[in-house]
Amino acid sequence: MEIKVLGSGCAKCEKTVESISRIARELGVDASVVKVTDLQQIVALGVMSTPGVVVDGTLVHSGSIPHRDEIERWLSG
Amino acid sequence: MLHWFSLLADWVLIRVGVDKSEPLGEALHFFIEDTSKIFVLLMIMIYLIALARASLRIERVRDYLAGQHRLLGYGLGSMFGAVTPFCSCSSIPLFLGFTSAGIPVGATMAFLLTSPLINEVAIVLLGGLLGWKFATVYILIGMGVGILGGLFLDSIGAERMLQPLVQQLSGQGASPASATGQRRLTLADRHRFAAAELEEILRRVWKWVFIGVGLGAALHGFVPEGWIEQNLGAGQWWTVPTAVLVGIPLYSNATGVIPVMESLILNGLPVGTTLAFCMSTVAASFPEFILLKQVMQWRLLAILFVMLLVSFTLAGWLLNAFAGWVI
Repeated sequence: MEIKVLGSGCAKCEKTVESISRIARELGVDASVVKVTDLQQIVALGVMSTPGVVVDGTLVHSGSIPHRDEIERWLSG
Repeated sequence: MLHWFSLLADWVLIRVGVDKSEPLGEALHFFIEDTSKIFVLLMIMIYLIALARASLRIERVRDYLAGQHRLLGYGLGSMFGAVTPFCSCSSIPLFLGFTSAGIPVGATMAFLLTSPLINEVAIVLLGGLLGWKFATVYILIGMGVGILGGLFLDSIGAERMLQPLVQQLSGQGASPASATGQRRLTLADRHRFAAAELEEILRRVWKWVFIGVGLGAALHGFVPEGWIEQNLGAGQWWTVPTAVLVGIPLYSNATGVIPVMESLILNGLPVGTTLAFCMSTVAASFPEFILLKQVMQWRLLAILFVMLLVSFTLAGWLLNAFAGWVI
């Protein structure tokens, strides 16, 4: 599973990366979490408020640090 | 209704046995009254506003603005800027998203200029500390700067001074971004959102309230008339542009700066000068300008800088002239 976190380096984006990686480890899910900071890519995905989260190519979230239950849902889905 | 907080402060002082007419008592009274009042108002306001805006997502704002008449767009852009919670780290993706949906630069800038100036926390602090009349004037000036600024930028053809990348994107059509499928929110959803907002915002601002009001309380109780009063108190014309020039490179958010405004005004700085200083620290900053460089050419950045300088200066002069009416 490939998870991208979109955002140009704000504190909330860092936290999002951190919590997704941590929860993936806890659940024992094999997921690669990458940060995307390139503006063109962010805009191409249609994200206007960061952090945004893309799971396997689909945008699933934007604008805030995602909640734990949401993250668990993506990881188990 | 707000005098309850004064009574609460009276009661606490009697319980701890401090005389209200002593300097220490006066400072303590001020501190207890103001912090309790502000926290209660903040909790009510943040919760209610969050309840109302739970379904307001930036994508919807964009789609709504994209279909509007140009002139209406400035007012609406500024209004949405005031009510939409939004972190300055998103300003570039937002700028690009709006532009590619065909929204004029002016309306986008009306949003971006108003957004840091006006939010529910700023309004509560202003109303609670400096009075609701002052809060209303502040909102009018903040939205005025956004609307007129947007109008001005479009009238000089600001879109020609964007970076080439942005010009290519312009009007390409909004990318189909429904991140979270917009289902109808239930009342329980709204409550959960509002409670989360309340917690997040309070966690961020509580220390600023204590620091700011503490500063104000210290000035109130211990400093009779400062040097500010003697040197700058007459509202000499040059003090306003100087305050703005000092304010622009400084950076603060509205929450941090409003309690400081209160201390400055209590210490004798004229209202217009104070407002000009504070608005320029909140609305413009070097980090912000560096971010905007990604979408704007130098020429436009320089114009933006001068525009803010002029508009905050004018607002400051105007307010100094009508100071008696505002406070």
